[in-house]
Amino acid sequence: MKTITVRYFAMFREHAGVSEETLTLNAATVKDVFEHTRDRHGSMEPNGHCKVAINDHMADWDTAVSDGDIILLFPPVAGG
Amino acid sequence: MGILSCCFPRLRAVDVIEVTESVIDTAALQRSLKNPGAGGYCAFEGWVRNENEGHVVERLEYEAYEPLVIVEGGKVLAEARELFPFLEARCVHRVGLLELGECAVWIGVAAAHRDEAFKACRFIIDKIKVRLPIWKKEHYANGDSGWVNCERCAAHGIAE
Repeated sequence: MKTITVRYFAMFREHAGVSEETLTLNAATVKDVFEHTRDRHGSMEPNGHCKVAINDHMADWDTAVSDGDIILLFPPVAGG
Repeated sequence: MGILSCCFPRLRAVDVIEVTESVIDTAALQRSLKNPGAGGYCAFEGWVRNENEGHVVERLEYEAYEPLVIVEGGKVLAEARELFPFLEARCVHRVGLLELGECAVWIGVAAAHRDEAFKACRFIIDKIKVRLPIWKKEHYANGDSGWVNCERCAAHGIAE
């Protein structure tokens, strides 16, 4: 089990009802974390259009997570 | 040194992207790009429009994760410089609640020739829209609101 902090932005924050939470879960990759939080908060958003960062670095969905990581979950972006 | 600085274009090593909660002062930004080697300058301003996909929009709300906007935006500007060598480029993105007609994003590129300025400006705005962690919520005349793109992607996800 790993203890990680997940931070939510925009639509994800509204789904979660919080901007940040600490979770203890069995996750190998950030995709696992994404799916866990999606089930937890009843979100329907697929990860394909989303982005993820670990400890303030953009990451791929198959990047491994480590105990103590801060995972940033970004819903589809729309700047400009 | 004085002779060199007046005879050769000034080159900024790192181009700048910023996030602000304040009204974007486009005239001041334009002045900041003045460069003796520049034969022209091209800017793009993104404004708050009054409708989207049939909805009457009253205002927009932008949210950004600034630390990674700075990092990813810096990469976009560096890529643009590599592809279309210019002299100076700056980008400012607004966050918070914006009213109709307000400037949400400003990009300016000064270059020796117009071709690089136009192309770099277009490249930067196109990449900013899809790569930077910035989100836009529309507030509609009927009281509803919705995250741009997010709603459509969510619907797509359900269909799948």
